Amino acid sequence: MSPDPSSRAGSGPGAAAGSGPSRALAGRGGGRASGPSAAGAGAGDRLSRLLAMVPWLLERQGVALEDAARHFEISTDQLVADLELLFVCGTPGHMPDDLIEAEWESGHVYLGNADAIARPLRLGQDEALALLVGLRTLADLQGVEDSAALEGALAKLSAAAGDAAAAATSVQLDLAAGADTRVLAVVRGALARGRRLHLRYLVATRDETTERDVDPMELESLDGRWYLQAWCHRAQGVRRFRLDRVLAADELDEDGAPPADAVARDLGTSLFAPGEEVPLVVVDLDADVRWVAESVPVEDVTERADEPGGLRVRLRVADDGWLRRLVLRLGGSARVVAPPALAEQVAAAAQAALAAAQGEEPSAGPAAARR
Amino acid sequence: MAPAQRTERLLNLVIALLSTRRWLRKEQIRQAVPQYSEATSDEAFDRMFERDKEELRDLGVPLVTGSDAAWFDDEPGYRVDRDAWELPAIDVTPAELAVLGLASRVWQQASLAGPASRALVKLRALGVEPDESSLVGVEPRVRTSEPAFGPLYAATRDRAPVAFRYRTGRTGETARRRVEPWAITSCYGRWYLVGHDLDREAPRVFRLDRVGPGITRTGEPAGIPVPADLDARALVRGRAGAPAERRARVRLLGRAGAALRLRAGAPADSAEVEVAFADLDELAQEVAALGADARVLDPPDLREAVLELWRGVLAAHGTVRDAPEAARATP
Repeated sequence: MSPDPSSRAGSGPGAAAGSGPSRALAGRGGGRASGPSAAGAGAGDRLSRLLAMVPWLLERQGVALEDAARHFEISTDQLVADLELLFVCGTPGHMPDDLIEAEWESGHVYLGNADAIARPLRLGQDEALALLVGLRTLADLQGVEDSAALEGALAKLSAAAGDAAAAATSVQLDLAAGADTRVLAVVRGALARGRRLHLRYLVATRDETTERDVDPMELESLDGRWYLQAWCHRAQGVRRFRLDRVLAADELDEDGAPPADAVARDLGTSLFAPGEEVPLVVVDLDADVRWVAESVPVEDVTERADEPGGLRVRLRVADDGWLRRLVLRLGGSARVVAPPALAEQVAAAAQAALAAAQGEEPSAGPAAARR
Repeated sequence: MAPAQRTERLLNLVIALLSTRRWLRKEQIRQAVPQYSEATSDEAFDRMFERDKEELRDLGVPLVTGSDAAWFDDEPGYRVDRDAWELPAIDVTPAELAVLGLASRVWQQASLAGPASRALVKLRALGVEPDESSLVGVEPRVRTSEPAFGPLYAATRDRAPVAFRYRTGRTGETARRRVEPWAITSCYGRWYLVGHDLDREAPRVFRLDRVGPGITRTGEPAGIPVPADLDARALVRGRAGAPAERRARVRLLGRAGAALRLRAGAPADSAEVEVAFADLDELAQEVAALGADARVLDPPDLREAVLELWRGVLAAHGTVRDAPEAARATP
């Protein structure tokens, strides 16, 4: 079970929120928030970068600082910091003659006396495995990418990884399982050809079926579900559609290029940042439902002292009904701490459900009578 | 120690181990790397060195141990195997590098995000710029939110047997299981471990979110034979997904439960739906979310599971005054 990441009240596809596409931040290509450098905060990641950078720089003496920084997707300040670090390292003894020579004052980088690390380091086991498993996953989704590039990458990476590739079969991702392959194929085709799509779409939060034309931007899969991000002509904004709620999809004979200012966002982030005016709710999670903190947009997360492995999260909730449904399905492993009125509402909902279920006749229960 | 100093220490260590032709003993290494002078005791140095060795191995550095024949009773020495150091020269095309970037982004929100992005940086040393123009905009992602993923992934990769506490879905009972891990698989948004159950002497599939804390290795790495014809995904699909062999009848009020109706192929205003299911817990959670708007008519074990969830919610929030109507008073 995993709640739809976009299902925050009022933020799902077709929601009548006042936010336009300008709220979307990181775009495709250059603007993507998480390039290879984003995760590289640790000492190991930095060492790894230095060991890749030295051979590259040795073969390109005099390369401009900016060009080198761009190639490794770091800032020039970071590059200079890296060069300063190389400058003080070297072979044992660490006399001036033992140290790596680095010069960049002119805006061009010259490197020397780095023979020991002049060749690029091979891939580690986890590194090779992560890429190989990723490539095989893409290969499974036939038609997703240029198959020649995919096969080439697989063959070359397998060769480059050597022994490290052996463990790659121990991890497998099955992303096609459970997907409606017909809808998936139509969406993929429209995306590849740059065509507009007509969708019949179920808006679950409002329980209604809608008809709309969309310009597809990105097809994403997360936690076993497929999502389409597209420019929706009906909403005049970027929306995210869950493919298992697409009742019908047809490719139209019309150009499907979204407006130039429409940008897709990484999945796992909400398309809309909730404003300060949306009330904060505090929820305690037991260890078995820690995943909730990653599946719904939260303001902050703290470890709980009273429950090993448990978390306390604060989240902005525009629709009490959405939170009530989430807590009801977690069966007591999640508890609304504040506000008290919402906690009471959740408990009352559970009590009402129990009372209705325990009514003798399904058609004569108190729940039915209220309708 | 600040990360920059640690990087410096690691780099000097790598260079020292690469440029030696002889085995370096620990004491020699301590002298060769200036940053080790910060270690105020032998124990502190040992801890530092152990951590550094592990870090280097994680990065792919071929660190080897051995000794010259003359030291038969001495402690082993270390060096880097220079023949195994180098990334083979592969002529990756810009389009292939773009696809490799896409492959690494699969892990962007998962525990392998670090290795995946490091691998890309290493490939950058080959000097090719990626050409992303050929990508059509399909971005698959997995996440690894289950705490059991880390240790079970490592055990599967290393082919080491493990033991853990496991809660069985159907009965809810927890028991210790001893398993030889064969593969770890993501399917339907969940992670599964496929392996040989040593007590039941048969292949079994385990859901990672049902594995308890305290996973232990019970044997040496590389000790597990994995069947050559293993189809882990088929085993997981067969267990977890289609065919959905059971059916449930659920009564729905008004227009509630749209997703359930959609799955059942029932009209939007139908009062009763019949849905196929394979996982009792999962359907129970889906129904429980609807509160008083849904009621399981059949089967009884599903009905009981839903009631149990509601009882849990009620217990966690304390009993409320006898005012069930309050549940409906939402805007």
